[in-house]
Amino acid sequence: MEPTDTGEPDYYHRVVDCQWACPAHTDVPEYIRLIAQGRFTDAYMVNRESNVFPGILGRVCDRPCEPACRRGRVEEKPVAICRLKRVAADHRDDIAGLLPKAPAQRNGKRIACIGAGPASLTVANDLVPLGYAVTVYEQYGLTGGLMRTNIPAFRLPADVLDDEIGQIIGMGAELKLNAPVKSLKALLGGGAYDAVFVGSGAPKGKELDVPGRNESNRVHLGIDWLHAVAFGHVQSIGARVLIIGVGNTAMDCCRSSLRLGAQNVKVMARKSREFFKASEWELEDAESEGVEILVNHSPQAIVTADGKVTGMLFKVLEYDLADGRIVAERTVGERLIPCDDVILAIGQENAFPWIERDLGVEFDRWHVPKVDPVTFQSTRAGVFFGGDAAFGPKNIIWAVEHGHQAAISIHRHCQGLPVTERPARGVTLASRKMGIREWSYKNDYNPVERRLVPHVALAERFKKLKIEVELGFNPEQTALEVQRCLNCDIQTVFTAPLCIECDACIDICPVDCLTMTANGTEAEISGRLKAPRRDLTSPLYVSAALKQTGRVMVKDEDLCVHCGLCAERCPTAAWDMQKSTVSIPHATSDETPCQKQATRKSA
Amino acid sequence: MSTPKPKVAHPSLPRNSLGLTRRDYEGGMSTLCAGCGHDSITAAIVEACWGLSLEPHRLVKLSGIGCSSKTTAYFVGEAHGFNGVHGRMASVATGANAANRELTYIGVSGDGDSLSIGLGQLAHAMRRNLNMLYLIENNGVYGLTKGQFSASADVGTKSKKGDANTQPPVDPALLALSLGAGFVARGFSGDKPQLVPLIRAGLSHPGFALIDVLSPCVTFNDHEGSTKSYAFTREHYHPAVEADFHSGAAADFIAPAESISVDYREGEEVVVPLHDGSHVHLKKLDPGFDTSDRAAAYAYIAAKLKEGQYVTGLLHADPAAGGDLHAANRTSATPLNRLPFERLSPGAAKLASLMARYR
Ligand SMILES: Cc1cc2nc3c(=O)[nH]c(=O)nc-3n(C[C@H](O)[C@H](O)[C@H](O)COP(=O)(O)OP(=O)(O)OC[C@H]3O[C@@H](n4cnc5c(N)ncnc54)[C@H](O)[C@@H]3O)c2cc1C
Ligand SMILES: Cc1ncc(C[n+]2csc(CCOP(=O)(O)OP(=O)(O)O)c2C)c(N)n1
Ligand code: SF4
Ligand code: SF4
Ligand code: SF4
Ligand SMILES: [Mg+2]
Repeated sequence: MEPTDTGEPDYYHRVVDCQWACPAHTDVPEYIRLIAQGRFTDAYMVNRESNVFPGILGRVCDRPCEPACRRGRVEEKPVAICRLKRVAADHRDDIAGLLPKAPAQRNGKRIACIGAGPASLTVANDLVPLGYAVTVYEQYGLTGGLMRTNIPAFRLPADVLDDEIGQIIGMGAELKLNAPVKSLKALLGGGAYDAVFVGSGAPKGKELDVPGRNESNRVHLGIDWLHAVAFGHVQSIGARVLIIGVGNTAMDCCRSSLRLGAQNVKVMARKSREFFKASEWELEDAESEGVEILVNHSPQAIVTADGKVTGMLFKVLEYDLADGRIVAERTVGERLIPCDDVILAIGQENAFPWIERDLGVEFDRWHVPKVDPVTFQSTRAGVFFGGDAAFGPKNIIWAVEHGHQAAISIHRHCQGLPVTERPARGVTLASRKMGIREWSYKNDYNPVERRLVPHVALAERFKKLKIEVELGFNPEQTALEVQRCLNCDIQTVFTAPLCIECDACIDICPVDCLTMTANGTEAEISGRLKAPRRDLTSPLYVSAALKQTGRVMVKDEDLCVHCGLCAERCPTAAWDMQKSTVSIPHATSDETPCQKQATRKSA
Repeated sequence: MSTPKPKVAHPSLPRNSLGLTRRDYEGGMSTLCAGCGHDSITAAIVEACWGLSLEPHRLVKLSGIGCSSKTTAYFVGEAHGFNGVHGRMASVATGANAANRELTYIGVSGDGDSLSIGLGQLAHAMRRNLNMLYLIENNGVYGLTKGQFSASADVGTKSKKGDANTQPPVDPALLALSLGAGFVARGFSGDKPQLVPLIRAGLSHPGFALIDVLSPCVTFNDHEGSTKSYAFTREHYHPAVEADFHSGAAADFIAPAESISVDYREGEEVVVPLHDGSHVHLKKLDPGFDTSDRAAAYAYIAAKLKEGQYVTGLLHADPAAGGDLHAANRTSATPLNRLPFERLSPGAAKLASLMARYR
């Protein structure tokens, strides 16, 4: 094999699994070390740079980083990355002085953002400090989008939203509430805006076409119902509630029902548990509150009498599985389940009744706009989409990343630069060696298991609709949880000419991920590794030929736990532990990356 | 601060017939210099003990004084251990062997510990055919006391400061051949595919087994001009029974009878299939070389040493060689710790009658 080119910016980034998996590439190990040092404000600012809403995301992020976490490869549970983010947000100082502001002299360009959800707010966050006049149009009287109207306050309190959204508006964005955009044509027509960002979300709940659907006002569409609950329009519900669907919306519907007086709440799933869309932790929370989840029930009809729901009829199914996939299904019975309310929570769709079809903004045959996945530009130059509006319902962190990318595009568009040319990512490395067996970070492997976040007692939770259920880690838990991070950004960096082939690194590596062997094809080398590869998609590191025998040093990055022992045992520092800092470009006043974090000392 | 080796391991780490993984055969964290050859030998011992499915509590580790002698603390943490005084490991091993012949004994020593101060002890252990594996971690210096030449330093080799050694070396392999050892081998810390099978074989040999392992001292003897550095050793070591070094293929020990039964021509590499379907590459020795022929092995090694080559691999094996310590000294077949107290300590009356014989 050819020697691995570690200069390629994604090489070391990939090794930091959480950061790589995070849509916005949050520098997770860096902020965890800062928390470990008690530097909560710095930890918050590192987060904010990429994910913009650490307090919000520290509570409700979908956490794609956690299943990726390297800790999960050597132990059952990953680091509680998300809960640590909340620790930084809860304990930080006032950051008003640390946030950028709109410059006194604006740049003369005007941007309209449609919707005050996380996607639009991120665009404002990135562009206002550059001098753009950003106007955010929101149809409702409150900001936040689905984060406020659909995510219940017992998971995400209003003051957290107010605070983090206030930071952005406070930079100098113009917010227009109760200002629905009814015509894109009208908005574009006057030429008042140099670019428009559509961050209007995916606001339409999917319908269920069964008999009885329209015979009672006690059959609700999940996202509309949650919205009505959030705004106080709905304050009660019947004693027996059936939720149809088992995604995250269903979880919020069932838990909200309990708080509005329901006694018996059942979530009805068509398939078995391994096919559920809801996150494991949301399922756990719902079940711990007494929600029952029934599997293999396929809805047939809603049974009503005099405009009231009396029950719902289901087919009971049985499935044959092969390799985790359904290969056959059979009906084994029918079941009528009595209930007073039915909430449909089977998905969302985009809807753009306010975008005229003759503007050059093209839609496909499912009425989804044609959006470039890199630039976020629509088929009309200067009109950009992001968040749920772009590719259908995703989550907050994706909305944020879309916002960052769209902001880069808008900034380039306004300067007359091609939006397809993107600023490059970069990586810098700095050694962490201080002396013999002495490192400027803690590389002890701490075997503690994942800490569990304390919750408000069950009896207390239901007293009021808006009591936040999770309490956040206490100091003792935080202190233990931060030590579970393996510091994957402290990279093992190899310098082939220094190696004297003493075998020390090979012998000490606890997970046997190093091998010195003759060079060959990838298959040959893979067959000679000290321990077998587990993930063939994760690349092997292969060095240049070594001086004494011409063999190569091979490392299986997938297995490494970053204990640093190879570097500690290496007599010549051929292996060294070096901190990598990945610079993720955002819209900036000049186009060169790597100029962020100029003032903060890294952990 | 030295970081302890974390208990995490590769999820598919294989288990031996006792259900143990290689990690279960580790000991404490080494405090030797980073890159010391001795640490690699420790890793090879771990691998060999695991591969033989030795029960950790049936292994006895013995050593003297030196960096090499410290290493018994770094493998098989659950075994018995005795760290004796400088050069006196063989005496302790003899006593232990006499008291309990059922255990497996491994002694780890250095060239200073065994060839300077402990040479007399080593010689008599061989003479008595003590049933043990005696491993010399040979770096040509007294590492622990900061790198003075030892008795294995070659003539002309340079110290770190640049002084040349003038006194001729004692070669442990030649010494063992002349004193009648039944198993003599030489290895190199940087060649585990060869060393691990040698250690397995040495541990299995019924009688005294000596393995001289070239083991560079990275701190005091790894410079230019040294004949025991990594670079020099790699250039001058001459594998006799060489496992396929470059592919690193895991090779099993091959019985001498098998290795010489292969038909090969001079200078050729031969592939020998093993019972489990894997194979080992053997490098041919001179025509007529026979690992069971002590005199031929001696002549061959000595001649190669003259050419500046260290012959490595299994050099001589004769399971029937040597005397029997236990027969000669009429030791107890039952380990002393299992004899009833009355037999171990016959009492005052017996002592009095014994003493009466000398009055
Ligand atoms: C019940 C539920 C629970 C969820 N839970 C989570 C969770 O725990 N974690 C997570 O990460 N994600 C969660 N999500 C998804 C997440 O909320 C969305 O993916 C995210 O909010 C999308 O952001 P956005 O900016 O694209 O749009 P939105 O948040 O939908 O914001 C769009 C905004 O645009 C406004 N708007 C729409 N049209 C117009 C118009 N014509 N003129 C003016 N304003 C307009 C809307 O009023 C709204 O305020 C959940 C979603 C639902 C439905
Ligand atoms: C009776 C006695 N004399 C001298 C010493 C000092 N001493 C300690 S270790 C050592 C030499 C060790 O050399 P070697 O056995 O080759 O071990 P290495 O450190 O090279 O592995 C000496 C002379 C001692 N400890 N005890
Ligand atoms: S840091 Fe080095 S010793 Fe530790 S697991 Fe990774 S490669 Fe192995
Ligand atoms: S410890 Fe260092 S010098 Fe020794 S083999 Fe490993 S990289 Fe090479
Ligand atoms: S001094 Fe030499 S022999 Fe001793 S530990 Fe260091 S390298 Fe090894
Ligand atoms: Mg020595």
